[in-house]
Amino acid sequence: MTSDVPRPPPRRRFIGAFGRRELKGLFWQVLVVGIAVAVVAFLWSNTVTNLSARRITTGFAFLGREAGMPIADSLLAYNPRDTYLWAFIVGVTNTLRVAVIGIVLATILGTLIGISRLSANWLLSRLAAVYVETLRDIPLLLQLLFWYVLMQALPAARAAWRPVEGVFLSNRGLILPAIPFGPAQLAVLGTAVLGCAVFYIVRRSLVAQQMRDGKPRSAWPFAVALVIALPALASVLLGASWSIEWPELRGFNFVGGLTLAPEYFALLLALVTYTSAFVAEIVRSGIQSVPRGQWDAANALGLRRSFMLRQIILPQALRVIVPPMTSQYLNLTKNSSLAVAIGYQDVVSIANTTLNQTGQAIEAIALIMAVFLTISLGISFFMNWYNARIALVER
Amino acid sequence: MTAISDMPDVPRAARRPQVGNPMLRWLRSNLFSSIPNGILTIVLLAVLAKGVISFVQWGIASAVWLTPANDSSACRAVRGIGACWAVIPEKYRFILFGTYPFDEQWRPALSVVLFIPLFYLSTRRALWRRELVFIWIGALALISVLMWGGVLGLSFVSQDRWGGLPVTLILATFGLAFGFPLGILVALGRRSKLPAIRSLSVLYVELIRGVPLVSLLFMASVMFPLFMPSGFNIDKLLRAQIAIILFAGAYLAEVIRGGLQAVPRGQYEAADALGLSYWRKHRLIILPQAIRHVIPPLVNTFIAFFKDTSLVLIIGIFDLLTTAKTAIIDPAWQQFSVEVYIFVAAIYFVFCFAMSRYSRSLEASGAR
Repeated sequence: MTSDVPRPPPRRRFIGAFGRRELKGLFWQVLVVGIAVAVVAFLWSNTVTNLSARRITTGFAFLGREAGMPIADSLLAYNPRDTYLWAFIVGVTNTLRVAVIGIVLATILGTLIGISRLSANWLLSRLAAVYVETLRDIPLLLQLLFWYVLMQALPAARAAWRPVEGVFLSNRGLILPAIPFGPAQLAVLGTAVLGCAVFYIVRRSLVAQQMRDGKPRSAWPFAVALVIALPALASVLLGASWSIEWPELRGFNFVGGLTLAPEYFALLLALVTYTSAFVAEIVRSGIQSVPRGQWDAANALGLRRSFMLRQIILPQALRVIVPPMTSQYLNLTKNSSLAVAIGYQDVVSIANTTLNQTGQAIEAIALIMAVFLTISLGISFFMNWYNARIALVER
Repeated sequence: MTAISDMPDVPRAARRPQVGNPMLRWLRSNLFSSIPNGILTIVLLAVLAKGVISFVQWGIASAVWLTPANDSSACRAVRGIGACWAVIPEKYRFILFGTYPFDEQWRPALSVVLFIPLFYLSTRRALWRRELVFIWIGALALISVLMWGGVLGLSFVSQDRWGGLPVTLILATFGLAFGFPLGILVALGRRSKLPAIRSLSVLYVELIRGVPLVSLLFMASVMFPLFMPSGFNIDKLLRAQIAIILFAGAYLAEVIRGGLQAVPRGQYEAADALGLSYWRKHRLIILPQAIRHVIPPLVNTFIAFFKDTSLVLIIGIFDLLTTAKTAIIDPAWQQFSVEVYIFVAAIYFVFCFAMSRYSRSLEASGAR
């Protein structure tokens, strides 16, 4: 231990007192922000001049005007006398209709193909590999046009193909038998969803109790009561009918059943097959990422195969699968905007028509961006929540 | 990446002595290992045979390969029974080169041929040095001269007459060539300690990645003229190219950011200890390591782009897919679009498949 008097800190010049590094950083930030602001201001002033020269008033007032565009295929009631705002909402529901069903089907098909690639059966795994390679390496738009052309080449309604009784495939699209849905059926479905939610909470508390005292408790009576008996009771009380409506050919068209228009069906088919190839690869690498020792250990414990998959393998594989799966879901949603190429009226297609009719380019594109950013954020939010739930809990 | 192993399955049964014909043994273990497996194999074989037979019947046996010029009657005769490959020799010049002046089409053809050694050289690990940048600049300049002309006795061809495969390759390659430096800058910006630069980079990346490419292309084709001073306008192809570069920049930035995160802290600290400036530190120490980490995902991003350039169809630019779609507007050949789409799909497939094989081989070798 020396008892030297500590040397006084070196005296800094004034500029140094602020720190050269900070000053440099400040300089760069001012420069970059300055350039960004200057570019935006330049573009903005040009836009204002151009718009006033073309006598286009900015703002979203045009949304209240009559749209006058026909929309062939929509879930919501629409006629051309409705406003642009309503047309947009119809477009958003059309986008969601493709995206949500596409995500569900692509996940199922992709998982099946991903598992097939790992099959012990050589032929099955080769076929799955060929499927994945082919679909991944051809542009989605090309596949979409291809399916659409095939769809248009199908026979007319009178000579429609009937692969299965009650299912018709013709140039009018795919016609399926359906259960007509009214408020009563919706209420029963709502009860079932509610029952599932309550059952989930009950099961959690049962598991928590088991964690405390070690006694196993069976959850299935609750499942039967909440998920099956409750909706059945509601159905009887409300008198909901569940009879299936079969489509019939009358004259030149079909009556009854559920019709998927050729545009919608082609878009769905292209999105599902294309995305499933990517999903398959994700599922395959997820399962392969579980170390062999985990399988061996589960076997050594004498666990049943289904229990082993459910409790040991899947939770570990999901951790690898979920993050890339999120970006595939986002891709599918964004890719649904290719609908504009075949005339399915999703939000992009309707915005594009609006833009051509009114000249409100900035507003129309801002609306597209707002819709997609909202959907993207929604999917990311949900998947991040799910990811956090299944993430490894470390001590 | 570890080597790809088989599915970790139940431990295999104790090794049996290897007897019998090796082929039978292979069949037994890979196709008929159990009764359900055997049934599956037979069902798959039946389905496969049916598919292959009907494809051969349609695509080869009953197909029409050649017809006299501009006469599709032979094709119409077999419509629905056999393929009409005759549409390809009839239309291939238009599909591959669009409306480029017919007598000058050797120029786009040569450009396409030039792209291939450029891609090939870029995959050679020994060439991942500064020289590669000069090779790229030289090759792209040469291709521009060939396509535009106007010098060296080549007649000038304006870019609204370009079309087909060269346009697809140009959109993808120039998108990469300009998007890559942009991506590096944005990735560095996103990891910068300066809040203003970081938030600008985040805003850019999230905005571009949050919306579909279609809407960016609409923006380029509809809104760009509004943004510019009146009287100033640039060509549609260039506008689409700018949209693709901005799009590429955002996606590449995210890939490169992943690489930057993989560089150990010690490397940054060592560079700081040597007293290197920010730019020299990144240029000499950090980026070479970061980029090597992410070459396989970079190749995958490039494959995605190459396919995404086909979206310019929606704003009416004549890339390979648009020329194919336009070629079959001709009433005589209108019904044979499936054949044309298969032909174009094969072209896209060759390029993408080569790239994905390359990416796979890099992954296997660890990309060191």
